[in-house]
Amino acid sequence: MTTTAPPRQAAGAVGMSALDAITAVHARRGPRDVVVTTMSAARDWMTLEQQALDLVFVPSAMGHATSIGLGLALAQPQRRVIVCNGDGSMLMNLGSLASIAEAAPPNLVVIVFVNGVYEVTGSQRVPAVGSHGVDFAAIARGCGIRSTFTFPDIDNWRRELDAVLGARGPTVVHLDVASVQGKPGPRSPGPAGERARRFIDALAR
Amino acid sequence: MFSGDQIAGALDQLGVTHVVTVPDSTIGQWQHAIDQRGRTRMVRVCREGEAWEVAAGLHLGGARPLVMIQCTGLFESGDAIRNVVHDWKLPIPSIIGYRSYLNQDTIPGDTCLVFTEPVLDTWRIDYRLLTSSDQLPTIAEHLGACREAGRAGAIVVAEGKA
Repeated sequence: MTTTAPPRQAAGAVGMSALDAITAVHARRGPRDVVVTTMSAARDWMTLEQQALDLVFVPSAMGHATSIGLGLALAQPQRRVIVCNGDGSMLMNLGSLASIAEAAPPNLVVIVFVNGVYEVTGSQRVPAVGSHGVDFAAIARGCGIRSTFTFPDIDNWRRELDAVLGARGPTVVHLDVASVQGKPGPRSPGPAGERARRFIDALAR
Repeated sequence: MFSGDQIAGALDQLGVTHVVTVPDSTIGQWQHAIDQRGRTRMVRVCREGEAWEVAAGLHLGGARPLVMIQCTGLFESGDAIRNVVHDWKLPIPSIIGYRSYLNQDTIPGDTCLVFTEPVLDTWRIDYRLLTSSDQLPTIAEHLGACREAGRAGAIVVAEGKA
């Protein structure tokens, strides 16, 4: 299932509210779904009600949320794993899209929030923003991932979200979101080692 | 030094479910035997830092992964090891190929010999260096002991002439 990307403005210049976009994911995630968030997405996710199957990937090795998600999807094939990633993070680990294509977990959904900047460090622009920005859906397709989507506006995202989450994956979604100036980066919600143990327990239940 | 069947047998002893790997000319030769045995899934990634984080996800999800990379990939993996092993405290085991240890015919003066063991020490990874084939049992013994203790352990396999 593939959608063709419509012409887009420069990344970050226009786009839906990232908070609105991730709030929509929060509302539609299933009770058994695992959700991995990082960087700005983690910050926004933590403003919403938290669940035991949320993995707020803070602290992170930047770029590796997709890799954590791949491992989780392979280990937990009966659960859907949703990774909420940023474009700066995705660019740091583009090869992970090829690794995901190779392993091909049908239960993995990667959502890339594309705002064209490293928002948590003060909104310096990411490489290759250019006139249209990096097209992550096209890169995913080039890696062999067939389920890709692009959404430039919130109405379409909300309308199609159930279909996106229900598609046979691996799935990669490119969301054009507006950059937000002056917001702080995410704070760790607690010691990572303790959170890892609780997360393992929650997955085992 | 070791055959693919020997390594696959050691992985079986440890109950390894997934090997997350980027190959080199030594450890890559083991892939076929591991695949053929059918008990351990190979997860092929593009870069070694990825391998640690994929293994982290597998571990969190209840699997028993092992990272298999060359020492050059260990150098590339720094931030991922810091995050997985020390931030999240996940005891991910690894097998690391030690390039040029047994000879330097291909790369005279290979700086892998300078940095591999200090880097492992810096990342506080409890490792054993294997330099001869009679040390095969050390793989299961050491990595099993590290798992019991909840710490990241590594086997460093000398590469070059057998």
